[in-house]
Amino acid sequence: MPEPLSTAQVEHVAKLARLRLAAEQVERYRGQLSSILDHIAALGALDLDDIEPLAHPHDMTNRLGDDIPTPPMPLEALLRNAPAVEGPFLAVPKVLDEGGG
Amino acid sequence: MAGGTNIPSIEAVCDGVRSRQSSAVELVERSLARIASLEPKLNCLHETLKEHALDRAARIDAAIARGEHVGSLAGVPIVVKDNIATSYGTTTCGSRILENFRSPYDATAIERLEREGAIVVGKANCDEFAMGSSTENSAWGPTRNPWDTSRVPGGSSGGSAAAVAAGYAPAALGSDTGGSIRQPAAHCGVVGVKPSYGRVSRYGLVAFGSSLDQIGPFAHSVRDAALVLQAIAGFDPRDSTTAEIDVPDYLAEIDRPVEGLRIGLPRRFTSPDNDPAVNKAVLDAADEYARLGATIVEDIDLPLTDHGISTYYVIAPAEASSNLARFDGIRYGHRAELAPDEDLFDLYARSRAEGFGPEVQRRIMLGTYVLSSGYYDAYYKRALQVRRLIKQEFDAAFAKCHAILGPTAPTPAFPLGGKADPLSMYLCDVYTVNANIAGICALSLPGGFAEVEDQLLPIGIQLQCRAFDEPTLFRVARMFEAAHLQDRLACPVA
Repeated sequence: MPEPLSTAQVEHVAKLARLRLAAEQVERYRGQLSSILDHIAALGALDLDDIEPLAHPHDMTNRLGDDIPTPPMPLEALLRNAPAVEGPFLAVPKVLDEGGG
Repeated sequence: MAGGTNIPSIEAVCDGVRSRQSSAVELVERSLARIASLEPKLNCLHETLKEHALDRAARIDAAIARGEHVGSLAGVPIVVKDNIATSYGTTTCGSRILENFRSPYDATAIERLEREGAIVVGKANCDEFAMGSSTENSAWGPTRNPWDTSRVPGGSSGGSAAAVAAGYAPAALGSDTGGSIRQPAAHCGVVGVKPSYGRVSRYGLVAFGSSLDQIGPFAHSVRDAALVLQAIAGFDPRDSTTAEIDVPDYLAEIDRPVEGLRIGLPRRFTSPDNDPAVNKAVLDAADEYARLGATIVEDIDLPLTDHGISTYYVIAPAEASSNLARFDGIRYGHRAELAPDEDLFDLYARSRAEGFGPEVQRRIMLGTYVLSSGYYDAYYKRALQVRRLIKQEFDAAFAKCHAILGPTAPTPAFPLGGKADPLSMYLCDVYTVNANIAGICALSLPGGFAEVEDQLLPIGIQLQCRAFDEPTLFRVARMFEAAHLQDRLACPVA
């Protein structure tokens, strides 16, 4: 049976997942995730030596398409969902410091 | 109008449109009237596509008047789950983060439906990003079960299932990652099909668990469901996980019983933890198959069934946490208003925290955790190893039988708010997740009723077959349906 998650662990995972959580959310998710992980821990009891992981139900491998250019989607249709645009560009907050990064 | 045996088949409806005894416009108007009268009660749809549907219907009627070829679904109104992209209306996945999202393209399944003349009349409510088993996790409020509006329709494709049950449209599309078509079909008394992984293109299906997701149909009958799957199935160069396997004619032999049919019935599928009415429906169905000449094979076992939930709730959240990383507030979707001292990290983290609801956040967190450094081997790799064992168990079972019979869900539809604890909600999927894990095909069909507090609630029975053996799946289901269609009751709503 795994140890329940600590508050620091949940905060770390939230940071990795890019989710800004309030303290009470962290606490709620800590309890809920701990009980789910506790259920999942049953997998630990299975003997899985020499069993190959199966990432895809039909054991497929990558399929390469032919290199044929096709017309792109119209810019207007793509930009109509953008939260902020400047001309034909997506507008985002400044990422680099003055003088470049 | 809905429920019972008096519902015309989709083929009959299309024949009427093609022969101009009725028209596509009439069908769409009838569908829109039904939607208008019942939506305030049920909330099956996030958006009704009135103008689009009437316009398309008029075009189809005009094409018929000109003597042009129209397809196998000519004039048929269809409801589509709101995580399947349409180039008209919005595609929100039940999420605030995509509140006003307008897809620049149609999903392949939509293109193929429209090529056959189907008309999308509405986008169906669903659990946010298809994460849930009750349709209560939608940012647009819950859908209610047309059999008892104090209960959930199941989920995550609850809006699609309830819309078909309530007679909005003869068919709907949903998506099934761990039971999200079959479980709401069971709770709403309709047929719901999860095709084999790779049978239907996922292009334009907003990704949740990419190695598990499949689009599939809801309908009133097995034959109608097969007809819709026929239209959407097949290889698609835009989805490299679609199979390059020809799509057989599902209807050609659908009414021919399977000779020497062997039905597998694992004992553990009628667990004492299930509602007694569910177990009764499964055992009654086994008796019916025996009467029809089938051999019931009890000598099969799927001992890892109970580990399916654990396996699924590692793999699906892991894939979801990766797929949903694309929602970052930059290119589309909700973007948080930043204070002057906030940076790009704040933009990501606040946009996502504001845009995603609690269940989606929980699954992103769970997926991020099981993939994180130090835990990957203990959780994710282990789950993938168990996945192989589950697939091998099915292979061994299908060596002994054509189809596996069992319940779709352990209980009938539960009351709204009845499963507040996330884990108890996850356990609703105990009989459905394994088909997704193994990539096989499965369907739920109406198998009886439970009497709960003086209400009759539908119960679904599940059939599972080998990957790409949909022809057998439909034939076996049709055998039961042919013997039991007269037992169906009209859905009581309105």
